[in-house]
Amino acid sequence: MLIDRLKAGGPAIAKQGILVAFILFMIVFSVMSDRFMTTGNVMSVFRQATIIGVIALGVTIVVIGGNLDLSVGSMLSFATVLVVDLHDKIGPELAIPVMVLATLCLGAINGFLIGILRLNSLIVTLGMLSVIQGLVLIYSGGQNVDIANQTDTWFRFFGRGAIFGVATPIIIFLGLALVFHVIMTRMPFGRRVIAVGGNPTASVFSGVPRSRVVFMTYLISALCVAVAAMILGSRVMGSQNNVGQGYELQVLAAVILGGTSLLGGSGSILRTVLGVLMLAFIQNGLILMGQPYYTQWLVTWAVIIIAVWLDVAAKRGRLFSPIA
Amino acid sequence: MRALSNNPILYWLMRNPIWGFVIVVFIFFSLSADHFFSGRNLTNIVVQTSTIGLIALGMTLVMINGNIDLSVGATLALAAAFAVDVQSWAMFATWGNWQILPAVCIALLVGILMGAINGFIVWKTGVDAFIVTLGAMLGIRGLVFVYTGESSFYAMNFAYSDFSSMTLGPFPVLAVIFVLAVLAVHWLLSRTVHGRNTYAVGGNREAAVNAGIRVGPHMMINFMLIGFLAALSGVLLSTQMGAATPNLGRDYELWVITAVVLGGTKLTGGKGDIIGTLGGVLAIGILRNGMNLMQVPAFFVYVILGSILIAVLFLDKRFNRNADGGLRL
Repeated sequence: MLIDRLKAGGPAIAKQGILVAFILFMIVFSVMSDRFMTTGNVMSVFRQATIIGVIALGVTIVVIGGNLDLSVGSMLSFATVLVVDLHDKIGPELAIPVMVLATLCLGAINGFLIGILRLNSLIVTLGMLSVIQGLVLIYSGGQNVDIANQTDTWFRFFGRGAIFGVATPIIIFLGLALVFHVIMTRMPFGRRVIAVGGNPTASVFSGVPRSRVVFMTYLISALCVAVAAMILGSRVMGSQNNVGQGYELQVLAAVILGGTSLLGGSGSILRTVLGVLMLAFIQNGLILMGQPYYTQWLVTWAVIIIAVWLDVAAKRGRLFSPIA
Repeated sequence: MRALSNNPILYWLMRNPIWGFVIVVFIFFSLSADHFFSGRNLTNIVVQTSTIGLIALGMTLVMINGNIDLSVGATLALAAAFAVDVQSWAMFATWGNWQILPAVCIALLVGILMGAINGFIVWKTGVDAFIVTLGAMLGIRGLVFVYTGESSFYAMNFAYSDFSSMTLGPFPVLAVIFVLAVLAVHWLLSRTVHGRNTYAVGGNREAAVNAGIRVGPHMMINFMLIGFLAALSGVLLSTQMGAATPNLGRDYELWVITAVVLGGTKLTGGKGDIIGTLGGVLAIGILRNGMNLMQVPAFFVYVILGSILIAVLFLDKRFNRNADGGLRL
């Protein structure tokens, strides 16, 4: 009787595995370090997580639509270099719209190649990763860029400012997360993305404009990168020309940790937020415990594989893969 | 079209468009770059491409299987760190130049072990190889930092760094090793049971299981092979530098996948060969080398390579759509 109930409950717990793991990690870190659970620390971790977090929101939507976006890393370099460089040349009120438009153009190229021409998203965005990195280097001539007057510009608001004592990046991140959550769960567009990711053929037969939906997901992803670039540029007040290198895979790790399936058709924005925060808190907790920063990568390795394994195991109803 | 495909050479080029591209850029750079067409530069290209080329050989196997390996850059760095560090272990202090032998063996074994871990996880958990190796990419890089303690190692034994400048007749040893590896993997893929099974597993996993192929161990062997090749590449790279840095091989996985896809291997599995991969690797190598000689800033190479990758994908889709037999919606 009890065993039956445990068996029935097992998959349910496994489905909330990420939440359980998150709480477990938080408890362990709180016990191991008395500085971990302080408002100051939690806020600073939150703020550090916003850049990967904002990008992860967009990538989650792309992945739910059944595609991948590996170009977000170099797109972040592109957008940050552009906005920081233009800030001194044409002023922030013009630099921001120019940067957003340019980034959206890159997203539109992705969307055109993958949505309209139906090319493989992994390879297209891999190619775009390389192309955009090249564009950044050509634009900046290999130089890093800086904002000359870092204190007297209202541009500092996005990365360094605060509203009612809460840092602006956190508000932007959570606000965007809420908006996207509503879009994905309460609006027709969200349903369409899930339909296209779940079964592209069936979605077309049900009258979903597949090409347009995929195109839109890449525009959203690019928009998120633009927002992240605003936060990053404003916080650092300068940019190296490879600042986003490697972000694409860290972002993907957070999205996967949030339980979004790479096959498309399932996933949730709020769980991605959880995945992002979990990676950030693991990093912070291990450092507070006196571990070197690279220990987080080892822990992340184990956490990602175990999280996805439990997810897969719950779906197929057995722990080990049936293939011989 | 029919007249064209009757000519065997043109037919072959249509099947392997990347070699057409290799020939075009080769002729272009021979005519326009002064020092391109010399024996010395051509062997240089082979040596330069061998680092990515060796890994690409393994990636071809793994991708024909329908898997992918993103952890190769980290494996390369770990193997390089072991190869350089083990030489200076106290127990080998009296071995003279022979201290290099255990160092290289341990480095290669570490590579095989990392591949085995990836393969075993893919086999037993059934988690997609993309996710497993994405995790391993972070984790193995973590191992590199744990092992090296964030510092670079330098080879104290100069015989080790001299190895890269040794020649076998007129050819550099590194180029010879790469060519031998190409031949070996080509033989493995086209002439052995394991090679046949590789295509079978990638083409239709269920059918492969029904045909009695032990799919799990088979995939694990291929992951061990790519681990070995990544480690070999790491060892050879560290002989060229005489050192191993913890950040060695970052982004190599992306270059390698670019080369393999240029060579016509399908991400969905079941299709691809070593001849194509060699073409992809050479295309990247010749472009980089030739543009260097023409003093084009390195930035443009990124743009050109990325554009070619997308263009190849586009052309492939246009010309091979009928072969897919898929419904276009």
